[in-house]
Amino acid sequence: MLINKRLIAAHFWLAFIVFGVALVLGAWQMFVRSPLNAWHFNPEFYYRSVTAHGSAMGYVFPTLIAMGFGYAITEASLEKELVGRRWAWVGFFLVAVGAVVAMIPVSLGLASVLYTFYPPMVGNPFYYIGVVMVVVGSWIWVALMVTNFVIWKRENPGKPVPLAMYANVAGSLLWGWTAVGAALEILFQILPVALGLKSTIDAGLARVFFSWTLHAIVYFWLIPTYIAYYTIFPRAIGGRLFSDAMARISFILFVVVAMPIGVHHLFADPQVGAGFKFMHSVFTGLVALPTLLTVFTICASAEIASRLRGGRGAFGWIGALPWSNPIMLATALSLVMLGFGGAGGLINMSYQLDATVHNTQWITGHFHLIFGGAIVIMYFAIAYDLWPHLTDRALDSFGLMRTQLWLWFIGMIVTTFPWHYVGILGMPRRMAYYDYANPAISPQALSVTMSAIGGFILLLSGLLFLLVLIRGQFGARGEAGAYRFAVPLHMPERIPVALNSFGLWLALMVGLTVVNYGFPIAQLMALNETSVPAVYVGAGR
Amino acid sequence: MSDQPLFSLRNPWFGASVGITAAIAVLSAVAGLIWLPLAQPNLKLAGVWDAICSAAGVPRAAVQETGIKPDFKTSNVVMTSEMLTKVNQVSIGRGATLAQRCAICHGPQGVSDAHSPNLAGQFAAVTYKELNDFKTGARVSVVMSPFAAAMSDQDMKDVAAYYAYLPRVPSNNLDTGRPAPVIVVTGAPMRNIAPCGSCHGDVDNKAGSPWLGGQSAVYIKAQLEAFASGARRNDISQQMRNIARQMTADEIDQVAHYYEAQP
Ligand code: HEM
Ligand SMILES: [Cu+2]
Repeated sequence: MLINKRLIAAHFWLAFIVFGVALVLGAWQMFVRSPLNAWHFNPEFYYRSVTAHGSAMGYVFPTLIAMGFGYAITEASLEKELVGRRWAWVGFFLVAVGAVVAMIPVSLGLASVLYTFYPPMVGNPFYYIGVVMVVVGSWIWVALMVTNFVIWKRENPGKPVPLAMYANVAGSLLWGWTAVGAALEILFQILPVALGLKSTIDAGLARVFFSWTLHAIVYFWLIPTYIAYYTIFPRAIGGRLFSDAMARISFILFVVVAMPIGVHHLFADPQVGAGFKFMHSVFTGLVALPTLLTVFTICASAEIASRLRGGRGAFGWIGALPWSNPIMLATALSLVMLGFGGAGGLINMSYQLDATVHNTQWITGHFHLIFGGAIVIMYFAIAYDLWPHLTDRALDSFGLMRTQLWLWFIGMIVTTFPWHYVGILGMPRRMAYYDYANPAISPQALSVTMSAIGGFILLLSGLLFLLVLIRGQFGARGEAGAYRFAVPLHMPERIPVALNSFGLWLALMVGLTVVNYGFPIAQLMALNETSVPAVYVGAGR
Repeated sequence: MSDQPLFSLRNPWFGASVGITAAIAVLSAVAGLIWLPLAQPNLKLAGVWDAICSAAGVPRAAVQETGIKPDFKTSNVVMTSEMLTKVNQVSIGRGATLAQRCAICHGPQGVSDAHSPNLAGQFAAVTYKELNDFKTGARVSVVMSPFAAAMSDQDMKDVAAYYAYLPRVPSNNLDTGRPAPVIVVTGAPMRNIAPCGSCHGDVDNKAGSPWLGGQSAVYIKAQLEAFASGARRNDISQQMRNIARQMTADEIDQVAHYYEAQP
């Protein structure tokens, strides 16, 4: 039963508005740096735009989705009102105000540092303060999720926590811990310099702190998608979840190993020893495990649904799936993009292969495919699934939804496949200008053009998505009934305490952080003369 | 279930998860910190402890001794973006007195037609750095070196502050309508040339990069050619030499005249 519908709807609406704005910036970026555009703009605008697009898409949009979806899960799966409604609104406003505070200096050109901060570049302090506000707002959500989880367990001793809630709390705990890295970097390293209290900064240490956040943040983005795979998809297609325990183990694995592997973003950096890079690679390999488990479980759940509908044969059952159902379609397209993106990820995580793609357009192609593609398409699915329950109105533009989802998929493939390819040709990322007339670059022109066209398809799809939601706000009134999650094939009556709590997994997560990050951080902090003069962005003009 | 212990060896989940995690951590540490470094023939390690230190990223003395010293002097000035940006009246006053001996070439108002650089309105950090480099021998000029040799650090700061304080005066060739050459606006990415404007003003200004507007074209051209030939090498980390070497004679000519025409 959803009670605080306005709270949840506010999160989703703000998230999608931010998404819409950032999407326009993304399409503009694709266009201006492609051969379709003749050179006539100030390159600084490009970096402003990338900073705004990256910060909005990376920090604000997914955080709001995770928060809003988290509140919905709490009420729907625990079947009671959210505890701490006021605090939830405080968190929401912190995120909203933080986003505005951060975007003002960015749009003025005072903080074109890109969303990864990367000192010694230092921008206007309000950019960082805004980001911190967003993070603090999300930490309120983390605290609320844990509180609701604990209270429910106390009230229901011995009962298994519903899977959706268990996974949701896993995601919030992972985020709570992983955001600490960037928070330490901003509070203790960047802000003192941005405020003018210091003029030098230890860039190497800052990047290590950022890597602490940078990997697991992608799993924080991913977890709403995985929750949708496990708890929405089987129900929406009229089937059952293949295994409840397998689902819990996947989320637990994310909690334990998603975070202490971030140094794989620093393979090319000199300040971390090769031995630690190797250790982080090993654990990076492990994090593929929960994804493989998930793909298996979801395919098995789809097979159950199909056979219940009369699907037959070794592969014949695939045709019997309810393909006209938008959730079915979104999940299938998402898994295809996850497959391609995952294959690219295996390349990034191997030390030697990474050297050839590091800082090229391959990387941006890769994370757009996984994040913008596989993950975000499920955000659309979540919204479609939840909307009737939030608005108490029918959401029945199914044809439009399917068109939108297909366009997102096609747009994403058309955008990211050439994007990967030019990366292999050596095209660097984060540059505003490419001289396509130059013989060395001209072979990339066709691919970049295709990519830009894909960007416009995505923009169109994004607008269609907003249109569907807006139409949903004005649809025919009707009670949508209770919001339910998928039922597993075998309903667990009793489950091992380890699969129903987080103490052990948090201990392992923190323990592994100490093992994998403790020495590199301590050593960089102890070394003298590792700071360099800050480069103030937007200064001196 | 709730009375089932979590952190206890009687809980198989506890033993298994901690055991597996610890085993992977230990194995990967042994491989990454000991086995792999020892397996690399080029590392020349003294033993297991040396391997661990090397793989953990501990700075090692052996690496530091092998730097090759150039056979000429390089600039020892450390540039920061805030250097000498704070205005100090006393310093400007002293600088005005000291600058009288510079006036014969650089003009009483810091502007002259002698093809020596116009210093009026130049960033203090820039003037200071050049004087310093003349003094240490990183930059050599028969005219300037003897002047700088006799100046104290404070003298150089004062003179720099004074010239920064003087207003910029446009040259006789002022022509703001002149279109900016491509190299100024977009650089030449394939030759690794950043846009001139990204350091020397217009697009952005970077620490230590002089203001070029209104400088004599003859002077700009001479300096670019000196950078290209290596006759001048006081630019930190070869910032300008790397660029000038890649520029065509035509481009050098274009930028020299373009900047002369700027305010
Ligand atoms: C929901 C979907 C999307 C997400 C989550 C997302 C996320 C991001 C992030 C985090 C960055 C920062 C990368 C950096 O700083 O290097 C970025 C960059 C960029 N994005 Fe997106 N994006 C999305 C959709 C799009 C779309 C649809 C387009 C094109 C229409 C696009 C075009 C770009 C471009 C051109 C860059 C800059 C790449 C560079 O110069 O290195 N993005 N995106
Ligand atoms: Cu990562």
